[in-house]
Amino acid sequence: MTVSDVQLMKGNEALAEAAIRAGCQAYFGYPITPQSEILEYLADEGRKRGMVVLQAESEVASINMVYGAAGAGARAMTSSSSPGISLMQEGLSYIACAELPCLIVNVNRGGPGLGTIQPSQADYFQATKGGGHGDYRLIVLAPASVQEMADFVYEAFDLADKYRNPVLILSDGALGQMMEKVKFPDYNPADHMVPKPWATVGKPKSRERNVITSLHIEPEKMEQINIRLQEKYKVIAENETRYETVQADDAEYLIVAYGLAARIAHGAVEMARTEGIRAGLLRPITLFPYPSRPLRSLADQVAGMLVVEMNAGQMVEDVRLAVDGRVPVSFYGRMGGIIPSPEEVVHALKAMIRKEATKHEEVY
Amino acid sequence: MDTVLTEPELQQMECVYEKPDTLTDTRFHYCPGCGHSVAHRVLMEVVDELGIAERTVGVAPVGCSVFAYQYMNVDMQEAAHGRASAVATGIKRVYPDTYVFAYQGDGDLAAIGTAETIHVANRGENILVMFINNAIYGMTGGQMAPTTLLGMKTTTSPTGRTVETAGFPMKIADIVAMLPGTYFVTRQSVHTANAVRQLKKAVTKAFQYQKEKKGLCFVEVVSNCPSGWKMTPVQSNEWLVQNMLTMYPPGDIKVPK
Repeated sequence: MTVSDVQLMKGNEALAEAAIRAGCQAYFGYPITPQSEILEYLADEGRKRGMVVLQAESEVASINMVYGAAGAGARAMTSSSSPGISLMQEGLSYIACAELPCLIVNVNRGGPGLGTIQPSQADYFQATKGGGHGDYRLIVLAPASVQEMADFVYEAFDLADKYRNPVLILSDGALGQMMEKVKFPDYNPADHMVPKPWATVGKPKSRERNVITSLHIEPEKMEQINIRLQEKYKVIAENETRYETVQADDAEYLIVAYGLAARIAHGAVEMARTEGIRAGLLRPITLFPYPSRPLRSLADQVAGMLVVEMNAGQMVEDVRLAVDGRVPVSFYGRMGGIIPSPEEVVHALKAMIRKEATKHEEVY
Repeated sequence: MDTVLTEPELQQMECVYEKPDTLTDTRFHYCPGCGHSVAHRVLMEVVDELGIAERTVGVAPVGCSVFAYQYMNVDMQEAAHGRASAVATGIKRVYPDTYVFAYQGDGDLAAIGTAETIHVANRGENILVMFINNAIYGMTGGQMAPTTLLGMKTTTSPTGRTVETAGFPMKIADIVAMLPGTYFVTRQSVHTANAVRQLKKAVTKAFQYQKEKKGLCFVEVVSNCPSGWKMTPVQSNEWLVQNMLTMYPPGDIKVPK
């Protein structure tokens, strides 16, 4: 088998395979539906190919093992689904402050609470607004296909190392479970490894000891740490914002959606076009940093925007912030693990066009 | 204390005791008489004497010893409360040839971190867990710990710990000793010179077993907290002998067969 072979794989397995190929040295995780295939795949394939793979006693332990391994300079990752990601928030806050590069994967399921095992996007706020305590950000990548479940792993590790920042891949139960063709790129991890002189691997006499910590008890020092983090996030926003557009150039109405919802919205755009509605799509690929600028530009071009999400309306807040009242923004969403159909989205689009958006929104 | 020696006078004297290179020049912030300082020193003396400082990575907890990394002159990671042994696991698994220790207090290790403690022991991770048991939350101002003795007054058991409201003092060393993953479990103390010597022997053994990849070594140090116990250092050591060592008797709990 060569690396260029096209294979048919589940999203979770493609992601796990990509992790091995991306030179991930250590995986720590705990079973939870709908992402357990990542742990299972790595426990088999990953171990065979030299990875440290440990099934931890909890997600709390998993994320702290990632902290230890990443602090020692290893490419390390964990994965989970919504309730488990909630348990990791404390650890993520520490990792963000200690600036440890690592990958976290959330195969989002419906909440709140134990919720459902069906796909959802209801963890958008948690993923993009911090999630744990304190002012921090994760770089958040949102795949929309099995191919991207794999591709974004390489991207995530490279971004994590480049900025010494945790990166979250925000997927969902459908992308994790569905099978599609996937092709793995040529990627030699050795070409992507960066020196980590800060890592705790044992102190030679020639240098001062390395300390990985998020504790800076003097408020003046802690403020400086915060300022440095915020400056880093600005640089990330400047350089790493990713999105794609579909038929947006001549669009009169723009749908904004990410991940699985963007695929459905893509179908809806095609359907609307056949009915003579000049619809387009903007799909944020990075959810932090958020593509506010292109949205602002398109706000001057289109007559309305429809945000489609598999939640009660979370990303819609970022769209409204981006366009700042320049254009009406409507929302259509399904919750609790329900996937909207393209027909529903077209229906919502027409409702918006008929100026019924406000009435429609009240349903939710 | 007032005698100041000149440099030539100092040079004529024989050095019989000095700070190991594995301790930094930072002065301990610990309260007068606190056992943490001695435990730090013993741990770092052993790392120095075994010549393993360049391959040692320590993990500091949350609690009074949260700043352990300011004193220990080796690579260190500061863990979230209770998670030191999970962090240590992450380090050890990716670098199995390093010497890894987690230094934790009783609130950290035996309350909020109980799950991590049990499972690191059950996995038999090749690390040293050094457990400072002073039966109280010192850093946060003297609250009840899982190891607080029955009848003992703390800020959250103001009339004394009772079984009805707070259950029993937890002998976590005995619990981990029951797990097949632990190789060496011992309980020591630092209240006398002899006790300190015994502790040093135990810590030395623990690192030697780690080198031989034998499994988890767990060294409990029954310690004092003069401030939290509201006693002078001398009183606290007397109280420790009369009360703590009765509940937590020193000695090896599990030794290699």
